[in-house]
Order: sequence, then C-alpha cells, then structure tokens
Amino acid sequence: MVQVKIDTANHIAGYAAKAARVKVVAAYPITPQTTIVEKIAEFVESGQMDAEYIRVESEHSALVACIGAAATGVRAFTATSAHGLALMHEALHWASGSRLPLVMAVVNRAMGAPWSIWPDLSDSLSQRDTGWIQFYCADNQEVFDTIIQAYKLCESEQVFLPAMICLEGFILSHTYAPVQIPEQEEIDDFLPPYKSGWVLDVNHPYSHANLVSPEWYMEFRYMLQEAMENVKRLIPKIDEEYGKRFGFEYGGLVEKYKCEDADLILLTMGTMASEAKIAVRRMRKGGLKVGSARVRVYRPFPVEEIRVLAENAQMLATIDRHISFGNEGFLASETKAALCSQKDTPLITGFLAGLGGRDVTTGTIEKIAEKSLKYLSTGKVEKEIEWIDLKE
Amino acid sequence: MVTIKELPREEYLLKGHAACAGCGPATSLRLLFKALGNKVVLAVPACCTSIIQGPYPYTSFAVPLQNILFESAGAAASGIAAALRQRKIEDTTVVAWAGDGGTVDIGIQALSGAAERETNFIYICYDNEAYGNTGMQRSGATPYGAWTTTTPLGKKERKKDMPLIMAAHRIPYVATACPSYPIDFVNKLKKAKEMKGTKYIHILAPCPIGWRYDASKTVEMGRLAVQTGMWVLYEIEYGKFRLNSPSDKLLDEAKRKPVKEYFAHQGRFRSLSNEDIERIQHWVREDWERYRALASN
Repeated sequence: MVQVKIDTANHIAGYAAKAARVKVVAAYPITPQTTIVEKIAEFVESGQMDAEYIRVESEHSALVACIGAAATGVRAFTATSAHGLALMHEALHWASGSRLPLVMAVVNRAMGAPWSIWPDLSDSLSQRDTGWIQFYCADNQEVFDTIIQAYKLCESEQVFLPAMICLEGFILSHTYAPVQIPEQEEIDDFLPPYKSGWVLDVNHPYSHANLVSPEWYMEFRYMLQEAMENVKRLIPKIDEEYGKRFGFEYGGLVEKYKCEDADLILLTMGTMASEAKIAVRRMRKGGLKVGSARVRVYRPFPVEEIRVLAENAQMLATIDRHISFGNEGFLASETKAALCSQKDTPLITGFLAGLGGRDVTTGTIEKIAEKSLKYLSTGKVEKEIEWIDLKE
Repeated sequence: MVTIKELPREEYLLKGHAACAGCGPATSLRLLFKALGNKVVLAVPACCTSIIQGPYPYTSFAVPLQNILFESAGAAASGIAAALRQRKIEDTTVVAWAGDGGTVDIGIQALSGAAERETNFIYICYDNEAYGNTGMQRSGATPYGAWTTTTPLGKKERKKDMPLIMAAHRIPYVATACPSYPIDFVNKLKKAKEMKGTKYIHILAPCPIGWRYDASKTVEMGRLAVQTGMWVLYEIEYGKFRLNSPSDKLLDEAKRKPVKEYFAHQGRFRSLSNEDIERIQHWVREDWERYRALASN
C-alpha cells in the first residue's frame, strides 16, 4: 500500500535513500542539508536501513568515501549544500570521470562571503562542468521520485554517471508537504540491484583511473559526453515509466505549463516554477497568453526542448536564481546559446531574482511577465539582464 | 615471524613497472605484496606510485588499485572498507598506500578522520622526505637542512613526527619500517593484517633522485638512517611501545654511528654546516631520550 508521509523534503530524501536500498552513506553536516543525514542516521541506527553510515570529517572525504564504496560494488549516497559542495569540487570530477553512478542530494544554498544559509542555485550551478547530471526539484514528492529515478538512470549501461538532485534550502528542505511513498516491493521492481561498469575485484585486478596519455584522454571525454546524450534520451522514458507505475510524471527534461499557445514563456528552475504556474493562471484570466516551462534537468541541458518551446512563442523570459558574475544567469546564457543557430528566434530577456533566499512571489513573477510583455509589444529588449526587487 | 627463506616467491609487483632505478618505494611495494598476498585492494592518492603502476591501459600491479585524489587516501579506504563489509567480503585487506606529502601534509585530515572512526585498514606512508613525483619539493616530512627544489639552501624546519601523531589517535597499531630491513617490515605487515581497526606503518623509503646518492646505494642509505639513529624502528601495539632490531640496540648512544656518516653520502645535505650537524646530532640525542622513556613504560 502507498504510504502518505507529511514531512520535509530533507526527511523525504532520507526515505528515498532507504527505499533505494543504499548500502553506504558518507556525509558531513552543513545547514540546510543536516536533517537528511540525521534521518538516515536514525534509519541506520534503528536497523530500518541496512547500510553503513560513515560520519566523515569533511565533505571532500564524504564524496571520496562514496567513490570508494561505489567502486567496491555497492550503491552509495551523500548530501550536501553550498560550501560543502564547493569543497567537493575536485571529487565531483573524479566521480564522473570514474563513471560511478552516485546520487547526491544538494540542498541549494547561497555561497559566501558574506555568509548566507538561504537558498539560491549558485552552489550547484557553479558545478555544471563537472560531468554530473543535475536535476532541480519543485516539490517534496519530486525529491523522492527523482532520487529513485536517478539511481535507475545513473546505473544504466548507457550512462554510468553520477547525479545531483537539487532542492532549494528551506523552501523545500524544511517545509512539510504530503508525499506518497510506494510499496518497497514496487520500488525494488522498478529499481533493480546496484550495477556499475566496473568494480574493484581481487580476482580481476585493474588499475582504475591511472594515468592516461594524450593518446587516449580525449576519447574518455568523448565517451562521457556520449553518456550525457544518452541521459537526454533516457530521462523521458524513465519519467514515463515511473509515472505509469506510481502516478507522478515531470515532463522529462522540461516541465511545461500552458506553453502550447503562449506568446510569452517564463523559463525557470526549481521551486519558482510553482509560483510561475499560479502567476500564469492569474494572467491568463486577464487574457494574457503566458506559459511557464521549468528546466528540470540542467545537465545535460535540454537544447532540443528549448528549441521546441521557441517554435511557437514570441518571447522567452528566463528567471535565474543565480548569477555568473560579469555576465548573466546561466539559464539566460544557455537558452540564448540553444537558439542562436535557429531561424526566427523569439526575443529573449533575462531576469535575476531570489538570490540568497529573497522571496520570489507570484507578484514578482507577474512583474517579470509584465516587463517582458512590454518589451514584446515594442519588439525591443531594453535591458538584457534585469535585477528584480533590488533595493535602490 | 617470517624469515627471509619463507617469503613467498610470488611477485605481485610485476615486471615493467615505471619506478626509477634504486627506488626505495618500489622495493617496499614488492615486500608489501609478499607480506599481504594478492587479496588486497589498494587506494593510492597522487604520489610516485601513480607513475610506478604504469599508464593506461597497463598496470604493473596484480591487485586491484583505485587511484584517488591527493588528500583523500584515508577517505577512499573508508568507503572501500564499508562496501566490503556490506558485501560480507572478509578475506580482503584494504591498504592505503601514500607518499609523505599525501600523508603528513595534504592528506592528514582524511587519514586522521579514518583513524578516529576506527576504519579497518592498513595505512602505509612511504616517506622519501619530499614531493618526489613533482620533482622534489619540500614536504612536512623533509628533514632539517635538506635541499629540495623549494628549499635550495636547505629546509629551515624539522621533520613532522607523523607516527607519534598517529599513536595519539589510540589506534591498535603504529609501526615504523624501512625496506633496508625487509623482514622487520614484512612481519609488521603480517601483524597489521591480523588486527582489526586502523593500522599505520611509516616507511623511510630512500630516493636516489631526490636524496642525491648513487642508485646502487638505496639499501645502504636506509641502513645508515637506522644505524645513526636518524630513523628508528619501533612499533606501538595497543599502546605498548617497543623498539625493534636493530634500533633496540642503539639506546646506548655509543653504539649509534655519528649522523654525519648518513649525510656524507647524500647530495641533499651538502650545504649543512658543522653547526647544523651538531644541532641535528643534539636533536637525535633528545629524540632517543623520548624513545627511552616510551620503551621503559
């Protein structure tokens, strides 16, 4: 029977690790990730979860211990935030380069200095080039579902890559919401036992990740990129299969809402999409043809889906909870890059909102939509990067 | 106790490895495998062994080896040990094999964490007293006065006493070794293999390239280090300190060779002044008083 839990997304991430039958968890505490690993500690100590919990002395060691565990043939999980993720940086490369199917929850938090514990996406987005698949969740249910789906995806022979499941701090991590947790047997049926491309084995001794000369290094990188292309094909299939079995589907790589006939599409990531949906509903009542699309998977970037969105829309407005200093938000840049080789592209404008946990309300989204529609009416984008709700 | 005749004939460090002639660490690796056999999983951070094993698609090791980040041997071994336990594989020994830079400097945190967590593995630091793989830069294990490429006039500070730092973690076994005394090293490994928890072995592994001596003299360099009392063979088993042969005969200062005999053969000590040598001789005397106190407890 399906269990309904009313719990925080962090606790739900712990339930997902348990449901995925993770065997090794290595983690270091950081706000706002802590309640994930506290939940897992509780599961392990009470015998509800048959796993080793390694209480490491840093995030760097957390990820390396997971690499060691996954390389030794078991499913591994970790979770972190912000500075913890930054400390893991070189190990992120090592995990993907080693082609190990790890899954990590990243509870998004703004980077210091100055200190902030509140959410934005700059921590995980600044790790975009590390070879990890990146999912961004919009609610607690999606956090559970995506962790289960991610193991299936990452352990596919066509993939063997690690994935980050990103969820915004406090907005999701500490917010209670009902979540349906399927029967364990059904999850086991969906997610078979751990599989990786290789394992440390005394009967088949190999040196793993040893020195590769220029004669071979490019080929290793090409294969990683190929795996990312496979991810694009597999995510919609896995999402659909999961949806058929358990009732929740997320549109594969991009979740679309009233985009078919929209003149203006608001492009978002993470929880902002929920506010965007409400704003869209409200504006549609006023006769405005607005839609919203949530980039659920940021790596690999859904170039083809963005192009499909651009076919009918006259304008795309990106809202980034993040900035690449000296340029703009990544969602803005990558949306433009996806379309620059296309004919008759829509106008594109980029907004920066919600950095360091500032609320992005439906009102904020409507303000963004109104500004965009104004640009659309004149056919000219006045400001390519615009900060919303900034104190003057 | 194993004798030299009882050492297995099997070689798990295979022909074609990429170590320099006279490499102390390579000799130590050969002994490591002879002592532990091939049911071993190695975690190797960036160090000379990243090269010694040979480049992709080859390996000169007949055991599985996980190459891992410089500062993370202790953490990788933790993950491997946890996974083996989950898989109920009990006959495989997890070994972290790291250089002195990867141990006493950048890797000390992960090692300390793994030891504090009582991780079941053997950590071996093969210490050639500098960052050998990158061209002999100074490390925390470089001794006072030694030339390195980043201390062209000689290091101004003393060597970090890593084995006693590890002993402060109250782990079941800490030992020092040197490939010039192979049976001592092999027996320490065999003892460590039978114990549960974290076992730490620190090897002084002479390096002809970095220490500037003739490659044929590696064994002699290790012997001189021990005979002069610059390197001391001991073990700390469940907190009990014991000097091992031949260091156990050197408590009497008269039986130790003067340190200058050790320095005379090595180009890296060329710029030592007589005052420096006297100072080091004084430190050796002081250190031995500490060992005397530890041994009498």
